[in-house]
Amino acid sequence: MHHTAVVVGGNRTPFAKVGGPLAEASNQDLLIAALDGLIARHGLAGARMGEVAGGAVLKHPRDFNLTREAVLGTSLAPDTPACDLQQACGTGLEATVYIANKIRLGQIDAGIAAGVDSASNAPVTVSEPLRRILARASRARSAAERIKVLARIRPSHLAPLAPGVAEPRTGLSMGEHQALTTERWGVTREEQDRIAADSHRSLAAAWDRGFFDDLVTPYLGVTRDAILRPDTTVEKLATLRPAFGGPEGSMTAGNSTALSDGAAAVLLASEDWAREHHLPILAKVVDAEVASVDHPGGDDLLLGPVAATGRLLARQGLGIADMDLVEIHEAFASTVAATRKAWADPEHCAALGLDGPIGTIPDDRLNVTGSSLAAGHPFAATGARIVPTLAKLLHERGPGSRGLISICAAGGQGVVAILEGM
Amino acid sequence: MSTLERIYGTPVGKAVARKAGVHEPPRLRRGRRLPAGPIVHASLGDSTLAARTLRLLGLPVEAPVTDDGSAAPGYGAPIGAVVIDATDLERVDQLETIRAVLRPAVRSLEPSGRVILLARPATGDWERRAVTRALDGITRTVGKELRKGATATLILAGADAGPGDLATTLAFVLEGRSAFVDGQAWTVQAAGLAEERPSDRPLDGRTVVVTGAARGIGAAIARTLARDGADVVAVDIPAAGEALAQVANEIAGTALQLDITADDAGARIAAHVAGRGARLHGIVHNAGITRDKLLANTDADRWRSVLEVNLAAEMRINAVLLDPATPGGIADGGRIVGVASTSGLAGNKGQTNYAASKAGVAGLVEAMAPDLAARAITANAVAPGFIETDMTARIPFIQREVFRRSNSLSQGGQPVDVAETIAYLLSPGAQGVTGQVIRVCGQNLVGA
Ligand SMILES: NC(=O)c1ccc[n+]([C@@H]2O[C@H](COP(=O)([O-])OP(=O)(O)OC[C@H]3O[C@@H](n4cnc5c(N)ncnc54)[C@H](O)[C@@H]3O)[C@@H](O)[C@H]2O)c1
Repeated sequence: MHHTAVVVGGNRTPFAKVGGPLAEASNQDLLIAALDGLIARHGLAGARMGEVAGGAVLKHPRDFNLTREAVLGTSLAPDTPACDLQQACGTGLEATVYIANKIRLGQIDAGIAAGVDSASNAPVTVSEPLRRILARASRARSAAERIKVLARIRPSHLAPLAPGVAEPRTGLSMGEHQALTTERWGVTREEQDRIAADSHRSLAAAWDRGFFDDLVTPYLGVTRDAILRPDTTVEKLATLRPAFGGPEGSMTAGNSTALSDGAAAVLLASEDWAREHHLPILAKVVDAEVASVDHPGGDDLLLGPVAATGRLLARQGLGIADMDLVEIHEAFASTVAATRKAWADPEHCAALGLDGPIGTIPDDRLNVTGSSLAAGHPFAATGARIVPTLAKLLHERGPGSRGLISICAAGGQGVVAILEGM
Repeated sequence: MSTLERIYGTPVGKAVARKAGVHEPPRLRRGRRLPAGPIVHASLGDSTLAARTLRLLGLPVEAPVTDDGSAAPGYGAPIGAVVIDATDLERVDQLETIRAVLRPAVRSLEPSGRVILLARPATGDWERRAVTRALDGITRTVGKELRKGATATLILAGADAGPGDLATTLAFVLEGRSAFVDGQAWTVQAAGLAEERPSDRPLDGRTVVVTGAARGIGAAIARTLARDGADVVAVDIPAAGEALAQVANEIAGTALQLDITADDAGARIAAHVAGRGARLHGIVHNAGITRDKLLANTDADRWRSVLEVNLAAEMRINAVLLDPATPGGIADGGRIVGVASTSGLAGNKGQTNYAASKAGVAGLVEAMAPDLAARAITANAVAPGFIETDMTARIPFIQREVFRRSNSLSQGGQPVDVAETIAYLLSPGAQGVTGQVIRVCGQNLVGA
């Protein structure tokens, strides 16, 4: 028996910059807030959901069961099962696919996909030499032996380690990788600043027209995305100094996403269940694809979604022109620009094994209510931010309208999905 | 909290206050609790209306002690309530029978006891109408004389109103739900209701919208309606969404983040209700704001914003929800409840804009009631007096303490007191109550 998995709605906290107004909230706090807002919007208090899948990229070891523990802190029935998923910045979208697939297979009627990250509360770990000394000391058989082992601790061992932002296999940060991509695809500073300015303008306009009234619930007194700068212009962005790519680099703090705090959740259900429970039906989850690139071998780290997009469209017998709306996660403005250049590049697409280039889309179909540059990017939450946003936009356009979501992730991965308005 | 307020809360402060003649206010009986002592029933003529209504409620009654001129007429033990059926009263000399019943009763009434007069609305000849008004004067005065949280109420039963029409109202007044309703009268018309005992969950399966539900009185309304079985749609401005979500989840309702002044507010409420497969039983227009200034300092903006939120938005939303063609609109037999204010009824220095809006709410429901009668939709308002909420916590302490004490119950009301009255008006058993403004003010010295 096959079911249609539909997006019922979504909820997220406003997003804020690392160290900002949400800095005191833990991953669990943020996730509970996002879930409780979703529950309230849809009248689910006391309900047992089929499953809640969620995750965080920056995760404390004590949060090994983050999503289940969060569920227990919400108004959902305590016998709602949950699992943690993680696929770097693709987490929120991958969790959506996971829940949607279970619904399509009839394993569950309804579930929630979620993601959260608190860059402000990134876990800090001890240095590897210190960890080894402590482990050995705990195995020591006598007090004297323990003291001898502990005496090997050096001051340098005591410095805490911030979470790694570098790609483990290349030693390059994500920004440094993207700087190589920016260079390789010839993305200009102007292009990037234009994308950033558009993102802020579009997000601000969406807020102003009340678009997020049923997608965001305020948290800790924060009522709007705190990173959003409605008055940002290309001219202002042009004055910022390069952050990546050396002194001549074109990537700045203005056209790169900020480290962020926030959480987002998506309510998914079978079409039948949603109708029976008189819940909104915004869009159906049509299909999804994940791909990776060989970035240690020199591929562009954040262009993983290109192959995924090509393969997904081919499987569905669709072209990019069939997409009424497209959401490309703005890890960096230049990621969006490079992705579009790669789509249009016959050689690149051929090398990915695709039958010809993916093609181009008009600007007015892309990220029409802004994206991560303006909203912020709590890593695992981004997919769960985009899915309800796109679903609502497609619902407004009417049944049959289609949209594509493309999210790049660490490790050279890309998660892509197609939604269809209902 | 000011220093003065903190000192006032300490045992020493309380002792000093007692010496100065300021007494701890009585704790009021609340909720569905009936009086502890017996309910005394007295009919001043042949009428059996009150007796039959009490029987329908399953309440045993005792016969009254009447003042026969002996020294200290009274009951041996405290009584819980006295219900006087004065529906047959027509002449001035008959008022003596009321005195004779009330004198012993008020001497023996337990804390939070009830004096309830049942009479006919003012109709008939001159004397009869004068007598009805006399009963109102008696009720108001008894309310002021009663102590320890006891209250007095006059229920005006329309011609042909039977026990089925009156049971819900009488139960409300007898129970603790009416704790802060004192010294006033309202009318219950015949609505042809069956003679059934009112349910404890009268709103089961009914959807009710509450605006301004994130906090204060609105949150209490949402909780109370949920207790009575309603599916509550909790509405508040998007910025209040976090608290709104908490209220909605606590009562397993739904949260709708919406500014009621938005052009499409009515349509969005209706769409939310229709989307959930329901029609609306009622809406409680609780959202309200104050922008206080003496008229001499009131600019157009302060004027406009208060009238917009407190009155104009409500009217626009009603228009959409009352259109029979609106899916998710108010069903026949439905309810509209406005929230006025004693400041609106009596006028209050520094609140011209607010008083305009709140008196406007009272005028609105009075105007709507007859026009909606054909669809059995009732329109009523409550007028809270001083209620302990965030809104009134902003008033400076001394002034607040004065306001609190300026009523017959010597205390501020609780949000739940307003909520209970609204839940009563929403219940199916209150079908005969329409076009009324019920004050929930502990018989405030102003606005009564
Ligand atoms: N507290 C009192 O003593 C008292 C006395 C008389 C009347 N009232 C009335 O009772 C009602 C509730 O009062 P309260 O003390 O709980 O006030 P409150 O300020 O604590 O709560 C009012 C709620 O209404 C909401 N609200 C305001 N404007 C709104 C809008 N445009 N759209 C949607 N929601 C909006 C607010 O966000 C808030 O949550 C008000 O109408 C008030 O005028 C209160």
